[in-house]
Amino acid sequence: MNLMADLMPAAAEIFLLGMLCVILIVDLLLSENNKIYTYLMVQATLLGCSLITVGTHTNGVVYAFHNMYVDDLMSDVLKLLTYLAVAMMMVYSRQYLILRGLFTGEFMVLALFALLGMNVMISANNFVTLYLGLELLSLALYAMVALQRDSAVATEAAMKYFILGALASGLLLYGMSMLYGATGSLDLNAISDAIKHGVPNKSLLAFGLVFIVSGLAFKLGVVPFHMWIPDVYHGAPTPMTMLIGSAPKLAAFAFTARILVEGLQPLMHDWSSMLIIMAVASMALGNLSAIAQTNLKRMFAYSTISHMGFLILGFIGGGIEGYGSAMFYAVVYVLMTLGGFGMIMLLSRAGFEADTLNDFKGLNQRSPWLAFMMLLLMFSMAGVPPTVGFYAKFSVLNAIVQTGHTWLAVTAVMFSLIGAFYYLRIVKLMYFDAPESHEPINVGLDSAFLISFNGLGVLALGMMPGMLMSICAVSVQQSLLLH
Amino acid sequence: MIFGLPVISVAIWLPIVFGVLVLATGNDKNAPLARILALVGGVLGFLVTLPLYIGFDVTTSAMQFEEMHNWINRFNIHYHLGVDGISMLFILLNSFFTPLVVLAGWKVIEKRVAQYMAAFLIMSGIVNGVFAALDSILFYVFWEAMLIPMFIIIGVWGGPNRVYAAMKFFLYTLLGSLLMLVSLIYLYNLSGGSFSILDFQQLGHIPMQAQILIFIAFFFAFAVKVPMFPVHTWLPDAHVEAPTGGSVVLAAIMLKVGAYGFLRFSMPITPDASHKLAGVMIALSLIAIVYIGLVALKQSDMKKLVAYSSISHMGFVTLGFFIFNAYGMEGAIMQMLSHGFVAGALFLCIGVLYDRVHSREISAYGGVANKMPVFAAFFMLFAMANSGLPGTSAFVGEFMVIMGAVKVNFWYAFAAASTLIFGAAYTLWMYKRVIFGAVANHHVAELTDINGREKLIFIILAIFVLGMGVYPLPFGEILHVSVNDLLIHMTQSKL
Repeated sequence: MNLMADLMPAAAEIFLLGMLCVILIVDLLLSENNKIYTYLMVQATLLGCSLITVGTHTNGVVYAFHNMYVDDLMSDVLKLLTYLAVAMMMVYSRQYLILRGLFTGEFMVLALFALLGMNVMISANNFVTLYLGLELLSLALYAMVALQRDSAVATEAAMKYFILGALASGLLLYGMSMLYGATGSLDLNAISDAIKHGVPNKSLLAFGLVFIVSGLAFKLGVVPFHMWIPDVYHGAPTPMTMLIGSAPKLAAFAFTARILVEGLQPLMHDWSSMLIIMAVASMALGNLSAIAQTNLKRMFAYSTISHMGFLILGFIGGGIEGYGSAMFYAVVYVLMTLGGFGMIMLLSRAGFEADTLNDFKGLNQRSPWLAFMMLLLMFSMAGVPPTVGFYAKFSVLNAIVQTGHTWLAVTAVMFSLIGAFYYLRIVKLMYFDAPESHEPINVGLDSAFLISFNGLGVLALGMMPGMLMSICAVSVQQSLLLH
Repeated sequence: MIFGLPVISVAIWLPIVFGVLVLATGNDKNAPLARILALVGGVLGFLVTLPLYIGFDVTTSAMQFEEMHNWINRFNIHYHLGVDGISMLFILLNSFFTPLVVLAGWKVIEKRVAQYMAAFLIMSGIVNGVFAALDSILFYVFWEAMLIPMFIIIGVWGGPNRVYAAMKFFLYTLLGSLLMLVSLIYLYNLSGGSFSILDFQQLGHIPMQAQILIFIAFFFAFAVKVPMFPVHTWLPDAHVEAPTGGSVVLAAIMLKVGAYGFLRFSMPITPDASHKLAGVMIALSLIAIVYIGLVALKQSDMKKLVAYSSISHMGFVTLGFFIFNAYGMEGAIMQMLSHGFVAGALFLCIGVLYDRVHSREISAYGGVANKMPVFAAFFMLFAMANSGLPGTSAFVGEFMVIMGAVKVNFWYAFAAASTLIFGAAYTLWMYKRVIFGAVANHHVAELTDINGREKLIFIILAIFVLGMGVYPLPFGEILHVSVNDLLIHMTQSKL
């Protein structure tokens, strides 16, 4: 066995882990005022990871460590996006964290650990690796939510997140063990082959599938396994919420795609009917509950539930169209979420959280540019062209209409109509209402630039969505459907 | 292509670019600059559409000035633009109104001037895109994008109940649009992977059940915009609360977009369903004409009155479409153009009064003619046009639709013709109460007649209203071939 051939596909992750250890040690030697160096090292690490990921990219699918690890186009694309998401999260939250005394080495190291977990998930090709990645991600996130030790809400959120997350992991493990019992393998490709050739114990398989889908639903946050989302989103400090709400969704997409599509494709008929129910329930509950929220973070939490419901519609569509559209949706969703939470942090000051709807009142009068960026983000979340959110919905709808689920598409658009209301309400508050506070908005140059990049990116991708759509479709085709 | 420039693209993007420039002038310190820039953008935006009229070939129903570029290859979506006799006139109408709207808001709009002007310019470009798009997704993008500036216009510069009106406007129209989107995707799959509107029209076989569902989905999208009874309730709210410019654009342009959708999508793509459901459509149109006409009679708010009169007049348009003959359809399109001028002018008239007195209630006025004789004369002309007086533009369209309706069923024509009475009643009664009589109160006593800027706007509109009424041939000529082609197309069953 050639060791190098095994290490190359995981080179970015190995580099990340190495840098993590370095940062951990260097950070100890830095005083409180010099944490900016840790921050710069983190950004440099992310840049390095991106370069390595691009550099080690090969055309085709490369397996490593006895098929436990896979490096393909989909994983490379998703990894690059997770680096970007984490880097953006860091930039957005720098000022915010400094003002709250949370700009610490622990925060940054935990974020990188979470990133490592995501990347392992994205590249996993075996139940063991998948689980390993998932737990690495989850444990880092639990700790991050609890990082603000003196905040009762944050601690409570962390506790809830941990208990429910552990339960979900348990469900998933239980499902995995049943599948192992039914098929005799933990390797996704082997499981797929075994099911194709007929499994003696059908009921074991069915039970395993139900547990697996429940576990996945938990991690994605779709109804009826969504309970943790509002509390955690609300309770966690905003940078952590931003992290939880963004990059892990890409990993969750990969995770779902690897398990359901690569491993359990022969059972598509069974899992897609489960997904239909969950998707419709998520869109209904997410959109309807979001209307009643006055806290923006909570509103985004419910909107996440509805977005995830929309995303899994793509899996129901199936094929290159379906999975490609789900991936596109995930990418677009992450971009919009980063902007949304970024805006909350930009408007927050020392000792003041701009996380209620009223804090956005009259933003157009206080800062027309920020209001315009938020307008773009909100219309994008509502799926109104010419923003990219429309194409995300469009490609998913296209996938499900193509497979004959026209009524599902009609249901989905009806719920997006309800969803449009609460996004519009934010635009209404920003543009139509008078501001409650006239405090000047101090935005650092880096985050001002980033929010502009974010907002205009949503518009520019909406004008020219073809490229990103093709990338998603091609990577799904190469990674999930060719074998 | 004129001088190597794609005419339609310029007509779409020039106002948008100017809109962005106007936005860039920033806060109200630079308001004069923003106004001038917006006016230049509006006038230029109109001038660049003139080659469409000059270079138009009236002998063909094919798309002209076509532009086609790949846009989203994955779904075979193209940036495909072109105009025929039906859409070309609306692009002109729309671009024509933009500078007028800018002028109308010249003094009145004092806060966030740049944003106001920019919203209208950007919307003007987007609406041109709606009329010129030949790819259904491109159409959809423009169609939805149109809502954003209008939402802002109503919500920011509107009257007291503006937030309710803006929300209602947006959600109502979004409902229809989303259903249309699903139909478009369905047609995409049916046509084997094309989003071209022309390909949809040429589809050979669509089962009846699917046609009916598609028709209903399109109906929701377009009927809300027209607006047809019973989905018209957003319009009075939006009109009343919108600033004058917003009302003008809503009446003159937005309503036409819905009717245009019927011509471009519903009728040619689902001809059998259109024939089958024509009875329902005619019934809804007649209800709009008669019932809404009566409702208008009852209004005490001038803007509301004109808004209801718009719904009633648009009933003529949909009636003209669904009687399926050349008189009806050409008359309907003439009516759309004429209504653009007349309703636009009436809203501007009400705007003139509102700017001075800050009331839209009829009872707040009386004897205005004593103080504003020039204004009263213009108002008279437009009020007469609104009641369909021969010699004004409105008469041409209404007369043609009634003629077309007689051919189909006498009672359709009878019911439709009642509008000539109701229309005259509500318009002239309002006119009488506002303009004639003794000076009602000190507000009216302090009125000053219209200034040069306002006069200019009214003179331009009066020329079109009278010109189109006396000599409608140039308009009819452009429509003729395209309308006939559409009618022939509709006789071919897709079952």
